[in-house]
Amino acid sequence: MRIVVCVKLVPDATASRSFEPDHTVDRVSVDGLLSELDEYAVEEALRIRDAASEDGEVVAVTMGPQAAADAVRKSLQMGADSGVHVLDEAIAGSDAPATSLVLAATLRKLGADTGPVDLVVCGMASTDGTMGVVPAMLAERLGLPQLTYANQVTVDDSNGAYRVQVRRDSDLATETVEAAAPVVVSVTDQINEPRYPSFKGIMAAKKKPVQTWSLSDVGVDPAEVGLSAAWTAVVSAEARPPRSAGTVVTDEGDGGTRLAEYLVEKKFV
Amino acid sequence: MTTAPLDLFGVDGLLDDEERAIRDTVRRFGDHRLRPSVSEWFESGTVPARDLAKELGALGVLGMHLSGYGCAGTSVVAYGMACHELEAVDSGLRSLVSVQGSLAMFAIHRFGSQQHKQQWLPAMAAGEAIGCFGLTESDAGSDPGAMRMTARRDGSGDGADWVLDGSKLWSTNGTVADVAVVWARTDDGIRGFVVPTGTAGFTANEIGHKLSLRASVSAELVLDGVRLPADAALPGAHGLSGPLTCLNEARLGIVFGALGAGRDCLDTALAYAAEREVFGKPLSGYQLTQAKLADMTVALGSAMLLAVQLGRLKEQGALAPAQVSLGKLNSTRVALDIARECRTILGASGITSEYPVLRHANNLESVLTYEGTAEVHQLMIGQALTGLSAFR
Ligand SMILES: Cc1cc2nc3c(=O)[nH]c(=O)nc-3n(C[C@H](O)[C@H](O)[C@H](O)COP(=O)(O)OP(=O)(O)OC[C@H]3O[C@@H](n4cnc5c(N)ncnc54)[C@H](O)[C@@H]3O)c2cc1C
Repeated sequence: MRIVVCVKLVPDATASRSFEPDHTVDRVSVDGLLSELDEYAVEEALRIRDAASEDGEVVAVTMGPQAAADAVRKSLQMGADSGVHVLDEAIAGSDAPATSLVLAATLRKLGADTGPVDLVVCGMASTDGTMGVVPAMLAERLGLPQLTYANQVTVDDSNGAYRVQVRRDSDLATETVEAAAPVVVSVTDQINEPRYPSFKGIMAAKKKPVQTWSLSDVGVDPAEVGLSAAWTAVVSAEARPPRSAGTVVTDEGDGGTRLAEYLVEKKFV
Repeated sequence: MTTAPLDLFGVDGLLDDEERAIRDTVRRFGDHRLRPSVSEWFESGTVPARDLAKELGALGVLGMHLSGYGCAGTSVVAYGMACHELEAVDSGLRSLVSVQGSLAMFAIHRFGSQQHKQQWLPAMAAGEAIGCFGLTESDAGSDPGAMRMTARRDGSGDGADWVLDGSKLWSTNGTVADVAVVWARTDDGIRGFVVPTGTAGFTANEIGHKLSLRASVSAELVLDGVRLPADAALPGAHGLSGPLTCLNEARLGIVFGALGAGRDCLDTALAYAAEREVFGKPLSGYQLTQAKLADMTVALGSAMLLAVQLGRLKEQGALAPAQVSLGKLNSTRVALDIARECRTILGASGITSEYPVLRHANNLESVLTYEGTAEVHQLMIGQALTGLSAFR
């Protein structure tokens, strides 16, 4: 099975994060790491590859500035077989529609260059943007079925063709949904326990092939992506003010009343 | 805006991508898997060594700087950084790894027969088999040449059995080990033996009542007429240079490792001083505190630069034993000083198990002593400088 996993480098949430003058996230001067939610996607892709009866392949795909290649490298260290990095200055500031446009074009090129892709695995959202819409948009652009928010993925290859089944757990129901490959799947953080890259994996990653493609390589017009093409614009962005100490209500027999008054005052009730 | 102590020294820039990735992986493993439990292990004096060995094996830590036989084959500095991160959690956990990888596995890798290697190394790299190293005896610590344990031949010709008698003290991992590399006196001088711990006559007794390195197993090994086949002896090791070569290997891990404990203390003290208000403002804003923090940072960073330098020398095959002594002496002393100084910054909180500082300080007392005491390393350096041996 040929699996593509889409991965994103996000600013380290434990470091201090900042915005560029144009209100986009500063992705250059901060340390980045593979989005934690994408680690589940990489892990699931590796498990599906390794559980299959035939040899398979996992290709990690990312787009973003130079440093974004680290997301691919980390995926390779975990065990992915090869990587693609779409690197182009015009990409900076791309929103979800533009991101899905570039990824879809990248997947088409991958399919054309090296054979059909059976499964695309994404995290359920990025930990920086947290939009959670790219998997759906990607499926739409590729004209593929989408099986999103999977808590479990099973692949049945018994009849010569792949059928992919996922379990989605919501508050009200558990759904089992399936589709014939190729499909786009997004996975939640409940699906597995991502592995630590083993040292052998880290050593081997250096030797795995990574291709760097520009927008023109994947056939996307730079005018269609980037900040200027974004459907929405961030007008202002400010860091959240530090939390204030809060109000302590000392119960002198009237604690309940005063709590209720507070909630009413703040329009919670 | 604050800078981490080692970032001031640009230590990151001395590592390659692979070394950084390995360090980050171990740090993460430490934060998620080890840190939440370590204080409990220390307090109860028990550590799930078998489970941890398997997890560390899966990661690739065990024997990581050795090549072949399921070992990862990383650089020396990568091994050092892994030790650094493990010891930032607890010296006992780094000890488990040092003894497994640099003492037991290294002895077999360097001095063992093909059969020893094939039988033990892959399982030890995976953490499915645990090794220990028996050199020290109750009356032979700094002077291992004074050991009493004997190995005599029983039978005729080259195929004669070996029979081992005596006891070893302070063998880390001893009671959980599947295999012990044991050094004994023979008619031809000191030899090493690969002893499966299930062999008749072998017993391991845990050493209790420790106030240091409590998250590590220490044991007495008793060998009472342990009969081994002729091929149990390590063919490549003759004389004291055998075990001493192993110790030098492990010491390099300590050079980096001890500084991990020091770093963790300093990080803890920095965070504590920033939060703790005394006389109306944060402790970190006082000159006396800053002088302490600055001095500790200078000591830690300088020691780290020496560690990386020694690691690179080793990678080039140009590291002399006296140079390892420089690092072992310096790192353990620096780390212990830092731990004690940080303890003062934490005040009374510093003596609790809620913070790692006094645990590290206690552990570092062992680290200062094992693998050659501070005094032994002073004598090694002194000998290199003067040409005179002052050991006797
Ligand atoms: C927690 C722990 C784990 C250990 N794990 C292992 C293990 O896995 N395997 C193993 O074989 N051993 C192990 N050891 C033993 C350790 O290596 C010895 O304790 C160490 O070598 C010191 O020996 P000793 O304790 O007998 O002290 P001694 O050698 O008796 O030293 C006592 C003091 O005398 C000083 N001294 C000794 N010789 C001289 C001299 N010539 N001139 C001046 N001063 C001198 C020493 O520096 C020290 O201050 C471990 C020890 C500890 C504490």
